[in-house]
Amino acid sequence: MIEFDNVTKQYDDGTVAIEDISFEVEEGTTTVLVGPSGCGKTTTMKLVNRLIEPTEGTVYFEGTDIEQKDEIELRRDVGYVIQEIGLFDHMTVRENVATVPKLKGWDDDRIRERVRELLELMDLPVEEYGDQHPTELSGGQRQRVGVARALAADPDVMLMDEPFGALDPITRAELQDEFLDIQAELDVTILFVTHSVEEALKMGDRIAIFDVGELVQYDTPQNVLENPKNDFVRDFIGQDRELKKLQVTPVRKVMYETNGERLPDVDPVAPSDTAQIALSRLLETDAGRLPVARDGEVVGVVEEADLRGTSDPTRGSI
Amino acid sequence: MVSAPPELALVPLLEIALAPLGIFEELPGAYDFITSNWSQFLHHLWTHIKLVLVSELLAILVAVPLGIAATRFPRAKPTIKGFGNTAQTIPTLAIIFLMLPVTGIGFVTAVAGLFVYALLPILTNTIAGIEDVEDGVVEAARGMGMTDTEVLRKIELPKAIPVIFAGIRTSSVIGVGTAYLAFFVGGGGLGTWVLQGIKLYNMEMAIAGAVPGALLAITLDSGFALLERYLGGDAQQSDDLVSA
Ligand SMILES: Nc1ncnc2c1ncn2[C@@H]1O[C@H](COP(=O)(O)OP(=O)(O)OP(=O)(O)O)[C@@H](O)[C@H]1O
Ligand SMILES: [Mg+2]
Repeated sequence: MIEFDNVTKQYDDGTVAIEDISFEVEEGTTTVLVGPSGCGKTTTMKLVNRLIEPTEGTVYFEGTDIEQKDEIELRRDVGYVIQEIGLFDHMTVRENVATVPKLKGWDDDRIRERVRELLELMDLPVEEYGDQHPTELSGGQRQRVGVARALAADPDVMLMDEPFGALDPITRAELQDEFLDIQAELDVTILFVTHSVEEALKMGDRIAIFDVGELVQYDTPQNVLENPKNDFVRDFIGQDRELKKLQVTPVRKVMYETNGERLPDVDPVAPSDTAQIALSRLLETDAGRLPVARDGEVVGVVEEADLRGTSDPTRGSI
Repeated sequence: MVSAPPELALVPLLEIALAPLGIFEELPGAYDFITSNWSQFLHHLWTHIKLVLVSELLAILVAVPLGIAATRFPRAKPTIKGFGNTAQTIPTLAIIFLMLPVTGIGFVTAVAGLFVYALLPILTNTIAGIEDVEDGVVEAARGMGMTDTEVLRKIELPKAIPVIFAGIRTSSVIGVGTAYLAFFVGGGGLGTWVLQGIKLYNMEMAIAGAVPGALLAITLDSGFALLERYLGGDAQQSDDLVSA
């Protein structure tokens, strides 16, 4: 849906922010750009809504060179959450969220309905928060308004530049989870920037790992973890690679059928829980194995060897 | 912020200079002078208000668009700022005497002098107010698909309003003081009584002209603060800027 074709960006002062980058963001997926500060993530993202023009190479949007597109139209069709949130403090929360629909000339009723719906979704009921100014909100609430504003005109593509940066870890994790839920319901292609590997692994269908100015590896989270392309990627992932693997693996993928055997009487895990949670539970209970249950009904079993990936091949995999 | 021009100092200085002569003892006399010359007083006051408001309005009409232009066209900015600074450094009297051959003696010449003098605070603050809008906010607005005009109208100007109004308020207070000089070119105003009073050693008359000027300055300042609130600005913010 969005394709970077040998794109280079050199700023006027001579800084080469990105050099010869090629990758494609597939429709309906979340692609995360991750890398150290100053490696060119924001630059790459701004090429998509033409806040920056490439020095060399081409960016395609649904097969069309974006330079052929009207930049104002393009931007109104692409949701944008800027790195510093960039809320309009002189407007109310309601007016902030209504910005793009208004620019697009939606009628008032439709805008009102959409704003209500989005603020509801973001857990900021319009009756309570609609007429407040962003300065009256907490950091987490401001981030939510930023996301709601970007989603307002039903964009097909969202650019999110460290949307949950500058938040405490708990609020951050909460917003990530909420956003994953929301995203599952929306049919939207997302380009997401972060400098945190954990966030990248959690949010991304695909991850683009940047070193200064270059794209080092573009792959699924699993593949990045299993086959890091070089030492830079290995270092970037960190020492706890195995734990991170568990973090991106759902229990569903490693569990086995029960053969009616007796299962230990411990709290079950859900198929959608991460393998990391299963491991933690195993360490807690020393039961050796855990039931996996969906809606109270046992659907499988998981043991330590399954998490390690060395389980008995004769057992029935699901 | 812009430092007060020498003329502004005229009113308070005059009062300080007159204080040892017993300004407070003269106040009741000045009050009587006003009441017994009521229609003349209203005439001078009204002329004074017109001088300030007309020159101020013209200055706003010129300085705000110029300030906006300076932020749109970075290359024109030094020229525009230079223009404002030059206008400020020419003494009001010099402007007035330059204008004399063209517009003759009277209201128009006085307004012209006041106008030139009122430009700089408004111009500087318009530029500063727009430039002070956070880059992130402007970038967000552009990224959401606002055209340059929309960014200016919906984001930059509303955010700059407190700063622009601080400039207007500063400039109008200065204008009230400077308008005392209008008398010299036959522009009338409260200066008539002050300067005649001094000349005739009639302190009651001089004070009857000076004190209402101070009240007028305060009234105008509050008036613009009200207007600003009406326009949706945060007058408290520009209060802070004015007194800063
Ligand atoms: N407008 C600009 N003019 C000149 N150089 C720039 C400009 N914007 C960014 N750069 C430089 O380009 C490089 C990449 O910047 P970019 O903002 O894309 O990094 P980033 O990966 O988003 O970093 P961060 O994680 O800190 O946000 C940096 O060296 C930066 O200093
Ligand atoms: Mg960045």
